[in-house]
Formats: sequence, C-alpha cells, structure tokens
Amino acid sequence: MDATKLHAIDPAPGASGGARSIPDVRELLFGDLWPYAPAPERNVWPIAERYGHFLDGEFVDGDGWFASVNPATEEVVTHVPTADAKVVDRAVKAARSAYETCWRDMPGAERGKILYRIGRMIQERSRELAVLESIDNGKPIKESRDVDVPLVAAHFLYYAGWADKLRYAFPGASVAPIGVAGQVIPWNFPLLMAAWKIAPALAAGNTVVIKPAETTPLTMTRLCEIFVEAGLPPGVVNVVHGAGATGKLLVEHPGIDKVAFTGSTEVGKLIQRALAGTGRRLTLELGGKGANIVFDDAPLDQAVEGIVAGIWFNQGHVCCAGSRLLVQENVADALLAKLDERMATLRVGDPLDKNTDIGAINSRAQLEKIDELVAAGRDEGADMHQLACPIPERGFFFRPTYFTGVTQSHRIAREEIFGPVLAVQTFRTPDEAVQLANNTPYGLSAGIWSDKGSKLFSIAGAMRAGVVWGNTFNAFDPGSPFGGYKESGFGREGGRHGLLPYLEVTG
Amino acid sequence: MSAARRKRSGAPERVPVAKTYKLYVGGAFVRSESGQTSRQTDPEGRFVANVSKASRKDFRDAVRAARAAQGGWARKSAFNRSQILFRIAETLEDRRSLFEHTLVEQGGFAAAEAAAEVSSAVDRVFWYAGWADKFTQVLGNVNPVASPFFNFSMPEPMGVVVLLPSLRSPLVGLVSAILPAIVSGNTVVALVDGELLTPALDLGEAIATSDVPGGVVNILTGRHAELLPHAAAHMDVDAVGLWSADVGMRTALQTAAADNVKRVRVHDDPERAAWRDPAAESLYRIDEFVEIKTAWHPIGT
Amino acid sequence: MSYVLPPVPSVDQVAVEQRAAAFTKRSIKTSAKKAALAFTVRMIDLTTLEGADTPGKVLRLCRKAMRPALDPQVPSVAAVCVYPTMVGVALRELAGSGVKVASVATAFPSGQSFLDVRLDEVRRTVELGADEIDMVINRGAWLAGDVARVHDEIASIKQACGPAHLKVILETGELGTYDQVRKASQVAMDAGADFIKTSTGKVSPAATLPVTLVMLEAIRDHFHATGRVVGMKPAGGIRTAKQAWQYLVMVKETLGDAWLTPDRFRLGASSLLNDVLLQWERARTGHYESVRSLSDD
Repeated sequence: MDATKLHAIDPAPGASGGARSIPDVRELLFGDLWPYAPAPERNVWPIAERYGHFLDGEFVDGDGWFASVNPATEEVVTHVPTADAKVVDRAVKAARSAYETCWRDMPGAERGKILYRIGRMIQERSRELAVLESIDNGKPIKESRDVDVPLVAAHFLYYAGWADKLRYAFPGASVAPIGVAGQVIPWNFPLLMAAWKIAPALAAGNTVVIKPAETTPLTMTRLCEIFVEAGLPPGVVNVVHGAGATGKLLVEHPGIDKVAFTGSTEVGKLIQRALAGTGRRLTLELGGKGANIVFDDAPLDQAVEGIVAGIWFNQGHVCCAGSRLLVQENVADALLAKLDERMATLRVGDPLDKNTDIGAINSRAQLEKIDELVAAGRDEGADMHQLACPIPERGFFFRPTYFTGVTQSHRIAREEIFGPVLAVQTFRTPDEAVQLANNTPYGLSAGIWSDKGSKLFSIAGAMRAGVVWGNTFNAFDPGSPFGGYKESGFGREGGRHGLLPYLEVTG
Repeated sequence: MSAARRKRSGAPERVPVAKTYKLYVGGAFVRSESGQTSRQTDPEGRFVANVSKASRKDFRDAVRAARAAQGGWARKSAFNRSQILFRIAETLEDRRSLFEHTLVEQGGFAAAEAAAEVSSAVDRVFWYAGWADKFTQVLGNVNPVASPFFNFSMPEPMGVVVLLPSLRSPLVGLVSAILPAIVSGNTVVALVDGELLTPALDLGEAIATSDVPGGVVNILTGRHAELLPHAAAHMDVDAVGLWSADVGMRTALQTAAADNVKRVRVHDDPERAAWRDPAAESLYRIDEFVEIKTAWHPIGT
Repeated sequence: MSYVLPPVPSVDQVAVEQRAAAFTKRSIKTSAKKAALAFTVRMIDLTTLEGADTPGKVLRLCRKAMRPALDPQVPSVAAVCVYPTMVGVALRELAGSGVKVASVATAFPSGQSFLDVRLDEVRRTVELGADEIDMVINRGAWLAGDVARVHDEIASIKQACGPAHLKVILETGELGTYDQVRKASQVAMDAGADFIKTSTGKVSPAATLPVTLVMLEAIRDHFHATGRVVGMKPAGGIRTAKQAWQYLVMVKETLGDAWLTPDRFRLGASSLLNDVLLQWERARTGHYESVRSLSDD
C-alpha cells in the first residue's frame, strides 16, 4: 500500500470543510505513510563455536556435536555435543553427590540466598539473555525482553523465598526433598522452561540434571555461567545436551528420583509408560488446544487483543495457546472484522527488530508440521484467512492465519498445531460454549471474554482446564500455578502448588 | 450373613432367609452381567455366600454410572456433600453390629478387633466428611500476581476415579480409599478383592441409604488381576488409586494408564492395625485426587 | 423522538490499559523519528487558556505557531487554541498563515451555564472568525443520566457552529470509567462532532493513552457503521515528543495511516512543542540541544 492509495479514500478536506462523509469506502488503511524504520537489537555478546555439557560445575566437551540454527537466518549459531549413556550417568552421579554431600542439608535460608542471587544476575544480564534467546529461538526481541527474561528472573526470586519456608507450604505435613530430578524441556521458551523446572527443584532441596531442547541450547549455557558466578555448588544443576535419545536416557536413568517433562503429549505418554512401576515421581506439562471463548457481552476490542495474545504470541508455539476461538454467533462477524484489522497491523519478520510482532518458526521441521496441518484444514473445507504480508526469503516464517467454517471433526480443531494458526467456531449459548470448549482430550488453558463478572466465574468453573483466563490470555506469573487437566499432563509449576512435585509430603 | 444355623439332626427350627450379595452400581444392586460369582467362605473354609463377581462389562457399566453422576455430585454445595458423608457415618454406626458380626463370623476377627475395625471405619468416614467444606480452603489459595488480576487456585475433582483398595483391611481400607476421593466431588468405582468381600457390599447398602446419589460410589467385587487392565486402559477414567506393593500390578497399571495420561496413585497396603491408626487419614489423600485450577479475573471498573 | 444511545461494546479496564501500554513499546528511530516529529508539529493545537492571557501572550503564541523554530524545515502547527476574547488577536496574527484559530466556547471548562448563553458564546465566537470550536459536554447532565440532553446540546451547538469545525471535549477525567468514555464518544459523534477530544486540561487526569484508545476505537466503529470520519484530539498532559509519537503509533495501528493528518488528529498541548523542537535539533545536528536556544513562547 502506498500513499497514493491513501489519498484515494482520503479527500483531505480542509479543516473548515463541511460534512466529511466518505460513504463508499469504509476500509481502514494500514499502510506506509509513516513506516517504522528498522530498529534491530544488536548482538554484542560473543557466541562460541561450541559449548559442552555442564557437569559438576564445569563445561565438559563431548562427542556427537550438532549445530543449533538461527531460525530467522538459517545460519549456524553454535554447536553442542550429544550426551550418551556415559555422559548422562556422569551427570546423574554429579547431581547425586551434590545432593547427598551439600545441597540437601544446606539450610533453606542459604539455598534461598543463592537462588536470589541467580535471579538478580539474570536481571543484570537481561539484555544479553533476551538477544541470545531471540537468536537461537526466533521469538521477537520484544517478547524475550519483556516477557521471557523478566519472568525467568522473577521465577528464581519467587522460589528463593520459599527455600526457608517449606514447612509452611503444606499444612499438617512434614516435607523433605526427593533427590535428583531429571528434567526435559522444550524449545518454545528455553530459558523460562529452565527456570520453571530448576527454581522450585532447587528451592525444595533437590539437585537437577536438565536437558534443553536440541534446537535451543544457547541460553542454557549462559544460565550455567550465572550458576557458577552466583555460587551455586558444583553438581547441583547439570546440563546434558542432545535430542530425544538423550532425553530418554535421562528420564529412564535409575539414579533419577523425579522426572519433569514439558513437551508433546505423545512423548509424555512414552515417559509415563517408561516410568511405570519404577516408583519414580513424574510431572508432565503436555500439549493443549485451548478455547478462547468470546461472549456477546464481551469487551470486543480487548477480546481481539486476547485472541492475538492467545494465538500469535510466540508464533503460537505455546502449549496453552488459545488455538480455538469460540465466538458467540451473534457477534462473530463483528469480532472477525475487528480481528482482520488487527491482524493487518502485525509485523512479521526479523526477531531482533524491536518492532517485530511475530518472529521465526523455531525449526524447519516445525514449519513443515504447520504447513501440513494448514493444508489439512484447507482440504477438509475450512476457509483460510491469512495476513498478506511480506516475509523474509530466508528463515522459517509463517504468516498469521485463522480458519473459519471449522467443525469439531476437523483436524485443525482437534490437533495441536503449535503455530500461528487459529481455528474459529461459533456457539449459541453458554452451555454450548462450555461443551465445545471441553470437547477435547486436552485441558491446559481456556480464556473467557465477558463483561459480566458472574459469567466469568461460572464459565471458569465449568472449564476442564488448569488455567482459565478471564478477559486476558497467556498471562503468567511465578506465583500462579500452571498445569493441565486430562491429556495436558499432571502436576503444577509456579506458586505454592509448584513446590509439591519436588517434595516428599508426609502426614 | 453367616451360614444358616443348623441343628445337628432333625428339622431346622427356622430357615433364615440368606442374602444375595450383589454389586452396587449406579445406586442399584445388580448381579454380574457375566452370571459369575465367587464363593465367600469363612476362615474355616465353610461356605458363607456366593458373591457377584464383576466382569469387564460390569466395570464398563460402573464407569458409565460414575461419569453420569459426577457433575451433579461435584455441583452440590460443599456443605451438602459434607452432610451426606456424615450421614454415611451415622448409617455405619447404626449398622455396626452387622459389620462386627460379619467380621467375626466370616472374617475371623476377634470380637474386640472387629469392634475396633468398625469404630475406626465410622471415625474415618466422619473425619473425611468434615473436610468436604474445608479442604478447598487449605489446598487452594489466592496468588499475589504482579498485575491487576484476582488470581486464585482451587482444587477441583478429577472426575471418575477407580480404586483398587486394600486386600487386607476389608472395611477401614475400603472407606479410607473411597472417602477422600468422593469428598472433593469425584465419583468412584471401587474394585474390591481379597478374602472377605461381603463387608464391601454391606457398605454399599449403607451408602445407598445415606442420601448418597446413585453412581457416586460404585462397588464391584471381583479379581484385581482381571479388572486392573480394564481400569488402567479405560479412556473415560481420570484417575486410579492402587493400594498394593505388587510391582507387577503397579507396572501394568501405570503403563496402560498412560494411554489417556491418567493420574495413578499407588500406596502400600499395610497390616490391618495400621489402617486403623489415625495416622492413616490425611488431607493429602484428598489432595491426590484433585486438580488445581488457576483462574485469573480482571480487577477493574 | 428523543435520542437513544445505541449499544456500544463494553471496555475492560485492565485489558485496554495493557493494550495502550503495548504501543509505547514500538521503537521509533531515525527516519521514523524525524517523520514523527514533523507529524507532531503539524498536529499540535498550540494552546493558552489562562485567566492571565493577554493580547501580548497570544501574539507571542501565534508567532511561535507559525514559525516554531529558526530551522525553516520545521512546519507550522495546526492551530492555536485560545479563549473567545482572544480570537480577534489570534486571527490578526495568523492571517494567511494557514494556522487555524480554535477557541474554547460553551462556558469552558465547566460548561455549567445556561444553554442559550453557551449557544450565544459559540455563535459570537464563530462570527469573530474562529475556524474551530472546542466545546465541553454537559458532564452534570451526563452523570445525572440525561444522555439525550447531552446529545441534543451538542447537536444544537454543532448547528450554531455553522461552518466552523466542532471538537467535543468529553472531559474524560470526570467520567469515571472507560465504559462512560466509550458511550460519551458515541453520543458526541452521533450528535455531529467533527472531532472528539479528551480533556480541557483543567482536570486531572487529562489525556492518557488508554482513554484515547477507547475513543479511537469508538471512532473506528462509527466509521465502519456510518462511513463518517471523525477526528481525535487528546489534550493535556502530553509534554514530550516521545509521548506524542506513542499517540501517533496508537492512531496508526488503530485507525490506520489515513488518520495521520491534522484533519483527523490533533494534539492539544503547550509545552510539547519545545520538546519536539529539541528532538528535531538533535535529529538534525546529532547532538543534544539546550532549551536555551528555543523561544519560551
């Protein structure tokens, strides 16, 4: 769109002109009369060619080096090794030793001070962490800077305070740490997921072996540097790199007392089976197909923001994404018209540009999966609406997309796409909305938009989902427990409830 | 009921009417669809009764009944649920001579132990009943988030819970499994196995006369070994509790449970006396069959 | 038939404030910043509304409005905004400059006078030659629930304006909630407002990003429903160039680029201009300017 087209609808009447009706064209023009200049964040922090595993407080070289790729440029960011059984074993032994000789018996107040220091140092290095996260993951810098990294620091600070107050956490019970936790985390929020796993585990007195996702290992190495500088004793946190095979070695290692996994429901089920009969504790944060329900009395303009936050935050790579929009039929047209205009203002592109709203899809494999499901949506007869915006020639990008004419039987209404693709369905009554929202094996999140407080409470109560957002979506806080119902997993992360998976509770 | 009393010779003075032990499903007492029974004998091996032996299809029907009843049970006010559960304690107390008699005659309990077992069962029910309108206050909380939202976490029932209770503690073990699950609004299917099955079905009758809506508690007598695979694999079961140290059972259960990410809680099955110890009752038995839901409500004008 | 307020969407305070804050995250650099500074100057209603206003003060303001800085690249502002008694002075000074004369009428800032008095004030101000009238709505009637009266008064004042443009000040700081702002915006537009404006500058809070966003969204819905273009004027409290371009970002991403014109968007301000000029010099010369080099007018 250019300025000429602007003038086509704007007769630019003088300020003293009479009626300024332009009856024929009622289209808003989101154009380039005032283009935002590029505002790229620069990376001034060195990235090494290779980073080893982090075992017993030191970076240790390994074998089977593989590349982590910047998904926005397809350039290699760094290399990490693949942990085999020997490396995993060494990591577990280091964690066990640290648990038995140091961390378990360290007074909670002292553990808390170290966690607090970690949180502070994350704040101190926040810009660096944000930039590196965006480079390795592809998420827009405004999100890594304003959402991920502040939440990472807040998570450590929150749990730091629990370390010496555990006896108050579960009334009437005595609590003790469990031992060595084996943790496997995904690529969508590399640092944040690490914080969600490590902070409560350490606050409760456990030690950790953690495996970051193979496509996003970079920022974990920075976190390890912070652990060292913050005075975390060697072996309390150990990091092993690798893909699914390494994750399998870790969760099945007999020296692990507790497994925590965030990832797909498919892999979660494999882990649950693998741990059957072992007596090892397990928590799972799995997939979702969250419903974002907009009632006819909703604040519609804010609901549009909730839809955007629900499905286009972090390229839709969010397990609790609001990937199903359920809109009351009598406001569906009005809402979607507003959504179209809002979508037109989204800026897709360079994750490091401070004005980018939607960055890169994390990997080629994920992009192909999104392509496949979107093709299925079209083949099954749903109507695709996609922002006609330019996207970079290199890198993995996908335009924000939504489908109308979707029914419960469509794959795009049932399967987790894990991309910026929304399925829109309509409903007629609150009961029907509840029934549609709950008609899924998943149960992680839901959003409700209404101006009526009593309705927010009653529909929230009817949702079979672990997190329900009233007039907001994808809001997170270290004090707010997060986790799923049904096939979205079990156990909670965050808040007081987030301590439970890491404590032996007796009484 | 014990076997009919007989005179050593001659005609009986009176022939007692023997009880048919049936499964308790959906508020009704039904025979097994399989037509099979197990022989309940006393410690000397004498015949006591034929007890319905639940099949896979009986289990399926019980899950259906439990699912149908769950929403209504969970929607009752916490106060109302607690009143109904207290009523179970009243009914049990009222029938204590029946249970004591059964424990002694059929289970070989000494009279004193039978009395202790029944007292403990009544007290256990009473203890959990009182939690119905309190556990959310202790297990839930308001979270002080850094944005203008009223954010709170609340325990909610998981849904349909299948229980494989103690093989050793025929009454206290059973109520210690059922009560913490239903307190929060779950409905249960209890699969009762062991040497003494009849108190479980008598318990069903007590529950049925305590204002507990049909389907909230379903009691099937049968063989854990036969029913466990079905319980573990049933896709409309939300959680399973198993009281057994048997690694084979635990493994089988947890393996199949993964098909729909069931919550599986396993505990050991201690000696009878330990079941009666007040230490065996815990808020955290309620906690293990709830989901924590966190809701964000905006604070604005 | 008395006026009935049509249904308007509700507004969620938390969510609209979050959305408004998101606009402040846009990074406006280099060429975008230069363009923003030029837009801002051209959209300013340079304002003096003091009991102590004198012809001399207004004269200096008009000079500043026409030629804000020595750099000839700096455009003139959109309008000067003065009390009715100062319209004559402003007109003489601004004649032929293209800078409009706006005047606050209708018993500004409270509006608490008789309707015929307010109408008369408007008529006389327009007769003097004012291009634009900034009126205040009857908040007393609004808060008492007399929506139809508020509407009808605006409509009659619009009539009294004749050829002059009407900006309707809602005085959002006195309305209490965003829902009320949204409704009052609708009433003002239905009654014929050419612009809707947040504040008199005499009440705190004056303009804020979220309250302006609510009004922009009302304008957007009205445009879609009727095809009628209504302008927006946040006023009061906008003191820095950075604040100004946050408003511009919000306009651009809510109503589109077509609203980035003084015909559709104004900023009511007095001290803002000098901060914009400082930034302008900074962008031009590459070093930080001192306020000493700018006129205080």
